[in-house]
Amino acid sequence: MTQPGKADAAADVLAGGDTRGDGPRRRAGAGPRRGAPLPLLLPALVGLAFLLLPLVALLVRAPWAGLPEQLTSPEVWQALQLSLITATAATAVSLVLGVPLAWLLARTDFPGRGFVRALVTLPLVLPPVVGGVALLLALGRNGVVGQWLESAFGITLPFTTAGVVVAEAFVAMPFLVISVEGTLRAADPRYEEAAMTLGASRFTAFRRVTLPLIAPGIAAGSVLAWARALGEFGATITFAGNFPGRTQTMPLAVYLALQSDPAAAIALSLVLLAVSIAVLAGLRDRWMTAAS
Amino acid sequence: MTDTPRAAGEEGPGPDKGYAPESGPGSDSDADSGSGSGPDSGSGSDKGLDARLVVHRGSFHLDVALTAAPGDVVALLGPNGAGKTTALRALAGLTPLSEGGRLRLDGAALDRTPTESRPVGVVFQDYLLFPHLSALDNVAFGPRCQGVPKARARAQAAAWLDRMGLADHAGAKPRRLSGGQAQRVALARALAIRPRLLLLDEPLAALDARTRLEVRAQLRRHLADFEAVAVLVTHDPLDAMVLADRLVVVEHGRVVQEGTPSDIARHPRTDYIAQLVGLNLYRGQAEGHTVRLDAGPEITTTEDLGGPVFVAFPPSAVTLHRDRPTGSSARNLWQCRVGGLETHGDQIRADLTGELPLAADLTTVAAAELDLRPGAPVWATVKAAQTHAYPA
Amino acid sequence: MTRSARRTHRTRPLQVAAVGAAALLALSACSSSDDPGSDSTKSDASASSSPKLSGTVTVFAAASLKESFTALGKEFEKEHPGTKVTFSFGGSDTLAASITGGAPADVFAAASPKTMAIVTDKGDAVGTPSTFVRNQLEIATLPGNPDKVASLKDLTKSGLKVVLCDKTVPCGAAAQKALDASSLKLTPVSYEQDVKSALTKVELKEADAAVVYKTDVKAAGDKVEGVEFPESAKAINDYPITLLKDAPNAAAAKAFIELVQSAEGQKALTAAGFLQP
Repeated sequence: MTQPGKADAAADVLAGGDTRGDGPRRRAGAGPRRGAPLPLLLPALVGLAFLLLPLVALLVRAPWAGLPEQLTSPEVWQALQLSLITATAATAVSLVLGVPLAWLLARTDFPGRGFVRALVTLPLVLPPVVGGVALLLALGRNGVVGQWLESAFGITLPFTTAGVVVAEAFVAMPFLVISVEGTLRAADPRYEEAAMTLGASRFTAFRRVTLPLIAPGIAAGSVLAWARALGEFGATITFAGNFPGRTQTMPLAVYLALQSDPAAAIALSLVLLAVSIAVLAGLRDRWMTAAS
Repeated sequence: MTDTPRAAGEEGPGPDKGYAPESGPGSDSDADSGSGSGPDSGSGSDKGLDARLVVHRGSFHLDVALTAAPGDVVALLGPNGAGKTTALRALAGLTPLSEGGRLRLDGAALDRTPTESRPVGVVFQDYLLFPHLSALDNVAFGPRCQGVPKARARAQAAAWLDRMGLADHAGAKPRRLSGGQAQRVALARALAIRPRLLLLDEPLAALDARTRLEVRAQLRRHLADFEAVAVLVTHDPLDAMVLADRLVVVEHGRVVQEGTPSDIARHPRTDYIAQLVGLNLYRGQAEGHTVRLDAGPEITTTEDLGGPVFVAFPPSAVTLHRDRPTGSSARNLWQCRVGGLETHGDQIRADLTGELPLAADLTTVAAAELDLRPGAPVWATVKAAQTHAYPA
Repeated sequence: MTRSARRTHRTRPLQVAAVGAAALLALSACSSSDDPGSDSTKSDASASSSPKLSGTVTVFAAASLKESFTALGKEFEKEHPGTKVTFSFGGSDTLAASITGGAPADVFAAASPKTMAIVTDKGDAVGTPSTFVRNQLEIATLPGNPDKVASLKDLTKSGLKVVLCDKTVPCGAAAQKALDASSLKLTPVSYEQDVKSALTKVELKEADAAVVYKTDVKAAGDKVEGVEFPESAKAINDYPITLLKDAPNAAAAKAFIELVQSAEGQKALTAAGFLQP
């Protein structure tokens, strides 16, 4: 029972490529390891160094002596807590809105779909501060939609924690949409058809078949979105302002600390860094490997 | 597999009783149709499948009429691109019918019924078992979608897997199943929704030769037990002939021939079918025992016919000679040239060109004695008794 | 640092142009009136710099100086053909950090003595910096002042959305000083990272009022309305300017500082809303 040597296992999962085959799962990598060619290895290592060097510098120059004092300050914990809550909420918003949007882009055909896809990625290229101003113009007290939100529901978003979530979701959601859409495109749409022949509505097919199939893509997209939301600065401070405990997230605290006390700023950066690494590493182990 | 139970008959197997009401979607639509929902099945003309599958897509046009009584197994046979899979998708509702198409199942019109509401089960070519679900949950998926409580759906699924001889693999994920096992899970999954129409798309194509033999025999038993209409699509004549009661041959989106496997094997009407069943086939005008072939020469047959006819004979009926045979009783004698040679089992198949293009089978020894090689001139004779003429 | 620079660029180019044009008009009016009778300032400048000035003068200046300094730079280039003035506007503390980090600058004009001290403490300045202008706080309200804000105390009214600068930046520190001096407790909706973004919130009508500098209110034109308040006298910001030790073009830099401190320079700066020292 020879299987055609198809892509790697991850792609298999996404495409549901291999539903048969009783032979040993072919994992080409199990054989003797081959050395990476130099033209790949060299730039790869330079790239790694390039990414890690600023972090190393941060560690080297960190005011280790003052660190305990920083870490016990209630303001830092307040900002950290707010950062974690808003980033998670923004990721949740992105999931609820972004996954259906990705499905729409990947699985339906409508005029101007390519254009819509380009629009979705707009927040990626927009300077975050511009995004914040755009959000103010849209959802602010006098915004296009915002004034209606206020008159009809009494909802104002600027200067509120909800505003932070909105700003972070605005910047982070494209990462999720792009990631999920890519996974959806790679997944075999015929699984949805198979589910429909079994009596599943299109939504049930999506929920019970497609969603589990693209779970790795959703997980990857969520992690990206979460990380982006956690580090968000420009859109947040522009749209939601800066008030400790309400809208002052860690990046804002870091930036403002940098104005008066660079050592404190470094300490705060380290805290943010440590927490995000811990969370990302934890999730990666849980989600990314669960797929295979 | 001697105890293979009836798939979904009125006398369901033991485990099915008590928890599985005989009210699958099939039975529902049965009742909806309001006609002959009693056990006297088969008597009403509106039982079973009555469809005209019309699909226009770009330059491709499909127009296939298909009828079948409950219990029938119909095979759609045709070359790649003939429109078989499109026909199957139209039956399942995955491709909409175009103007002029219609689809009735057990008296109920299904044209406008969405896929998920049709009492139609499908076994896909590569099975499409949901990779994240166990075999059991794959089979339970359909009943769950129909609102059967989880525990009961799983019990039903377990019974189906048991019938397929897969009780030991209920917990396995599809990737752990062999090709044959996956095929049976796919069949169980399609049958678990108690369909009134079972569709199988190239059910054996994904299997290797050895597994195929075994699975084909199993599938034949399961299909024989299935009491509603089964339609399978295949490009393999052997699969079609073994599994189906009736063949519908489709070429270029049209039905070119229809009948029992033996009828089609004996009376091919297109080159494609003739090639599938391994016959030399010619069209011509009959006048008594002589048929003037459209291809040129005349041929003498045993049948006494008039008007347009087909003449067919197997390659093994052809005898080749190095020199023009003298005193031969064969009246059908043509001068040919060897176009190509290939081994065909323990025989040599010679493709001849010339007066009449034909295929001839001969033993390796005979081929050597005749010193056959491409381009060599030969004389071919066919005894009239071995030809078969029938009205076109 | 790029962030604050970008923010500054973004702010209302129309207003910038308008103010710049106004300042230029004032300047050219000066010089044209100076022209006929051989004028003191000009001859002074040319006399003090015996060799002919040339090359590029690099000026690091606080963001609030952008409009007036840009106009003065143009004037300087006109007076000294062959010279070119390039500016780097930004937050004073960021600029100070660049200078101590070795950025090649000739002149540093800061928005507070505190930020200037960063440079002088490192010994990067020549001599003692001198205060060339002062900036006073003002309340920026929505056009027409719909909330009838008349004093600093009025800002503490509940329901009023007020933004302040963060205490870590000079305008925030000054506002806090004014509030403390009058024993007022004000809870804003946001502590903005710089004066321009505080003003933007009012311009976009997201906030009802902000405590910013007079110069900012002026630059914003009719998008905001300024309300002076007496407590601002207790929190006036001095703007020091200095020649830098490693100045690549010290001669021209000196001439530029002289221009800033001259009558012409002061006229341009007061036109932008600054107070004379």
